[in-house]
Amino acid sequence: MAGGWRPRNWINSRSQAPDLVSPFLEALFLGAGYNAALVAIGAALLGFSAGASGTFLFLRKRALVSDAVAHATLPGVGLAFMAMVWAGGDGRNLVGLLAGSALSAWLGLLVVEWMVRRTRLSEDTAIGAVLSVFFGVGVVLLTIIQTMSTGRQAGLEDFLLGATAGMLFQDAVVIAVGGALAVCATFILRRPMTLVAFDPEFAAANGYDVRRIDLAMMALVLAVTVIGLKLVGLVLIVAMLIIPPVTARFWTEESDKVVWYAGVLGGVAGYVGAAISASAPALPTGPIIVLVSATLFGLSLFFAPARGVAAALIRHRRFQRRVHRRQGLLALARGESILEPYTIRVLSAEGLVRPDGVATDDGRAIAAKIARDERRWDIVREVHQDAGLTGRYDGLTPIEEVFTADEIAEFDRLIGAPRPVGGSA
Amino acid sequence: MIATSEPTLATSDGHLMRNPAPGPEVPLAVRGLTVSYGEKPAVFSVDATFQPATMTAIIGPNGAGKSTLLKAALGIVPRLAGEASVFGQPVSEARDRIAYVPQRASVDWDFPTTVLDVVLMGRFRRVGLLGRLTGAHTDQARACLDRVGMTDFADRQIGQLSGGQQQRVFLARALAQDADLYLLDEPFAGVDAATERAIIDVLSDLKARGKAVVCVHHDLSTVRDYFDHVFMINVRRIAEGPVATTFTPEMLNATYGGRLAATQLDQLALASA
Repeated sequence: MAGGWRPRNWINSRSQAPDLVSPFLEALFLGAGYNAALVAIGAALLGFSAGASGTFLFLRKRALVSDAVAHATLPGVGLAFMAMVWAGGDGRNLVGLLAGSALSAWLGLLVVEWMVRRTRLSEDTAIGAVLSVFFGVGVVLLTIIQTMSTGRQAGLEDFLLGATAGMLFQDAVVIAVGGALAVCATFILRRPMTLVAFDPEFAAANGYDVRRIDLAMMALVLAVTVIGLKLVGLVLIVAMLIIPPVTARFWTEESDKVVWYAGVLGGVAGYVGAAISASAPALPTGPIIVLVSATLFGLSLFFAPARGVAAALIRHRRFQRRVHRRQGLLALARGESILEPYTIRVLSAEGLVRPDGVATDDGRAIAAKIARDERRWDIVREVHQDAGLTGRYDGLTPIEEVFTADEIAEFDRLIGAPRPVGGSA
Repeated sequence: MIATSEPTLATSDGHLMRNPAPGPEVPLAVRGLTVSYGEKPAVFSVDATFQPATMTAIIGPNGAGKSTLLKAALGIVPRLAGEASVFGQPVSEARDRIAYVPQRASVDWDFPTTVLDVVLMGRFRRVGLLGRLTGAHTDQARACLDRVGMTDFADRQIGQLSGGQQQRVFLARALAQDADLYLLDEPFAGVDAATERAIIDVLSDLKARGKAVVCVHHDLSTVRDYFDHVFMINVRRIAEGPVATTFTPEMLNATYGGRLAATQLDQLALASA
């Protein structure tokens, strides 16, 4: 791991004096030293498990519960440290600290859940209360610990924002094992969690215990939070749980795929973020990972094919264009003049009207066809009262796409002799 | 994973206790069912029995506990008191024989899932946590979609459906549960006329095959056309029985208080003539 493959020649051939790229590439290919490699792998594993197990929380629309859980870990860290020091052990034993943080996070979670279930308080209120109170208690405990004469308290504050400098092989193993378990549990529970997130009443009617599945969902998130505490810190872990699923949602309409896409996006963000932070001395790992993740989110937000902002804008413009085209042509068919400049632009771009709004021969022909289709659709609505077909009438779908030539001929027969367009006669 | 903690709190209403336990032929029976949020009961001490091969409308004014009655019977909302049995068994033992269609508005229609996947959810319980969804399950789900006229929409994202289409998908999911007791919460709310007919066709077919169908229903003008039994509730049970004898102006008045205008009652009464 430490040696790794180093694309030295390639990097050297490209890099000149103020070189920002080659340290990054070295880190990216695990060539920036043992610690950097450990951090990059750990961050990738953490990112994958956080993204995958955070997905159902996001789909359940309870993303912020993870923030309460994360902040509620802090008193546990402090108390575990104190307990271990008083017991005569090493206050910084990682397993002990993580166990303590898990216990207090679980308590915080139960308090949130209890407040929502037993009082009239809404979940956001409960989250705000638990988050701030637990965090406050944690800060008080850390302050007390600073004044203690025993124990090596230095480094506890790393649980707030994370630290990678002293990352040990043991830490990476904790992340790998814990993360793998969390991903497995997510996979096993995917059907109940899908049901509960989509349709909790149906889940309950099927005999699923919605409360327990919710708690299991939270427990997964809690587990990932705890194993990620040391690397990214409790303040930012929520970003690793939430941003990847939100990003993944832009790319798929299937919940199972959201899970895996979120895992991959989280893993990539973790790995690339760790590599960037390793490439310069003063770049903090956790925040950089979050920024990489946010970049992926931003790109998806704008450029995702179906759900992205750009795609939506293009669809909207296209639709507007078709509406204007149809209305302009109907106006031509009725012999009315077109007043709206945009409509004239749309039609003249196709050569259907002259720039002054007067119809060309092509324009008159198509206008006649559009007007005829309108009357055909009138017939359709009389004949077929099934919304499955008439629901597709929007005046924009060509009638040939919905009905066969024979059916259209039948409509034409029903229309009968030509009558004045506009129905005023 | 079983949701219900069966409360054994016996109700103090003496008459309830003398009923013999419903037999295995009774699709759904509740006794002394009471649900309360705080101290104001939503459903109070309700007895009800629903028979096989019938279609029953649960009717009553807004806030009368129509939906709550169904949800409490299934253990979706906690009961304060009372019991429910499905084919003579506790509900938790008979989940496989129950299909449930919640209100359409109760779910998130932007959820990332397709029409076919929603129908497959009807099989989740029987497939279990790790069981594989096979081609046979998919075929069955498609067949259910076909029965509600939604075959062409199998691969659509559910958010692209109209209200009526969403309701059809929910019904297809209930069909996929392959149950003997079908409980539907306002299946006709906000759907188009064609969907309403499609749903009625499917439900009538279920009834013809001996299934019990129970709908929370709000449109009094269609009760006579669609249903053969009616259960009238306004927090307490008002009446239950065949539509012909139970769906009368007197009973409607008792159920809705003064809320039904006299003309409305006349129209409903005329429909019976």
